[in-house]
Amino acid sequence: MNIVDPFILNLTVFVLAVVVGYHVVWNVTPALHTPLMAVTNAISGIIIVGAMLAAGPEQLDAGTIMGLVAVTLAAVNVFGGFLVTQRMLSMFKKKSK
Amino acid sequence: MSANSVALAYLGAAILFILALKGLSSPVSARRGNVFGMVGMAIAVLTTLTITHNVTYILLAIAAGGVIGAVVARRIQMTAMPELVAAMHSLVGLAAVLIAMSAFNNPVAYGIALPGEALHFSNRIELFIGTFVGAITFTGSIIAFGKLSGKLGSKPLHFGGQHWVNLLLGVVMIGFGIAFCITPSWTPFLIMTLIALLLGVLLIMPIGGADMPVVVSMLNSYSGWAAAGIGFTLNNNMLIIAGSLVGSSGAILSYIMCKAMNRAFFNVILGGFGGGEGAAADTGGVQKTYRSGSAEDAAFMMGNADSVIIVPGYGLAVARAQHAINEMSKMLTEKGVKVRYAIHPVAGRMPGHMNVLLAEAEVPYEQVVEMDEINNEFADTDVVLVIGANDVVNPAAKTDPHSPIFGMPILEAHKARTILVVKRSMAAGYAGLDNDLFYMDKTMMVFGDARKVVDEIIKAIT
Repeated sequence: MNIVDPFILNLTVFVLAVVVGYHVVWNVTPALHTPLMAVTNAISGIIIVGAMLAAGPEQLDAGTIMGLVAVTLAAVNVFGGFLVTQRMLSMFKKKSK
Repeated sequence: MSANSVALAYLGAAILFILALKGLSSPVSARRGNVFGMVGMAIAVLTTLTITHNVTYILLAIAAGGVIGAVVARRIQMTAMPELVAAMHSLVGLAAVLIAMSAFNNPVAYGIALPGEALHFSNRIELFIGTFVGAITFTGSIIAFGKLSGKLGSKPLHFGGQHWVNLLLGVVMIGFGIAFCITPSWTPFLIMTLIALLLGVLLIMPIGGADMPVVVSMLNSYSGWAAAGIGFTLNNNMLIIAGSLVGSSGAILSYIMCKAMNRAFFNVILGGFGGGEGAAADTGGVQKTYRSGSAEDAAFMMGNADSVIIVPGYGLAVARAQHAINEMSKMLTEKGVKVRYAIHPVAGRMPGHMNVLLAEAEVPYEQVVEMDEINNEFADTDVVLVIGANDVVNPAAKTDPHSPIFGMPILEAHKARTILVVKRSMAAGYAGLDNDLFYMDKTMMVFGDARKVVDEIIKAIT
């Protein structure tokens, strides 16, 4: 048997992740849908990993510069997303007696 | 680090992301969940740093973006959350396009082509998909941002044959995409990207303000798919997993929003609603009578009630009356009145927006109840206070098959013993519809600015 094409492995991971995402997100309480969007915004900042790889090759050229710009953009998402989520969640308090 | 250790570290980060989302099933566990998410992201970034050059530049870029993000996160007003989220989606979209261009510029560095060889065929398809999803997300989110922040009009923009133009552009874009897959060169790639950027604008322009919660959710989903698409190109499981989690989350939120508005998803996407089109309400020419009262009357009725349900709408946030309403409900609670808030899924400008706005005003979250849970209890409630909301309590959605909102789930405020409605005037709501709730015998209208009325009620409660 030949080695499986990387595309098929990627597809496997993709489909399983969608299934996990589907189940986890349906369990999110509607009251927290806005924080959910903020945190998924932060998580989609994971594209920073791709951006770092783009900025990673040794020689600096147009490609690595674009990578560095992408790193900056994604970092805004990562920091902004997690911090604003934290700020929102700290507002959800129980009744203070 | 070796490729294997990197992949294992990514696996750990992916698990932490799943735990972050899982935490959001309750406000109690949510903050810990968010910390899991941060740790996951830190692991992913630090791991990646071990396999790249230019570490100093990368750290500088992270610091620059991080500072901007942190400042915005601190300063942003909670009413402006939808704009912030839309702006952040556009960044992910642009980042995806840049990464794709960079990967095409130097595929050997990504290990997706051997030196001297062209890009592998399946990588070309993935690059094409990642790029156009990213490009549409980028410009679409900018338009959504403009509409939400009021920089662009929220009215849907139409021109003749719009759907045909979009379809044609879509086909041409795919055509250039296929051309790129056959002979990978810059010309088809750039033309394809430009068309996708234009499509992002054209697709979001015709969608009206009322449908923005769906659009924001949808773009949230796209930003995830864009990340996953880039993951396919780079054979990077971290991007695929995190991107898919975000993508499915956004898709589910879009679905929930459409259902709450009783709108078919494709209807929303094709645009048109929310600008008053087809919403010419027939008043039948008959002058209907309503009862109006003062804030003192309202204070008296609520003060003597056993139970009060407050139905807040976005108008409450616009009038900045959240803190006042919390003050009022505290005073009522002290008098022994059971106070709760009923939240319609589309109250506010994005999913769950009203919950955040109330939480910001320090309303305890146990008092804030979702539509499905509280609808059975209106019949046993003495007083309902509708403030800044209109269409979500319109009984026509249940009773009048000719109403444009027929079938939309509503908060059944009309079943309560007494209904108080705080409103500026008798003008129609967002959908341009008249609301029979206002003309019921048991309804009392209190006219005025939400904030002022609540302040007067507070003064009158003794």
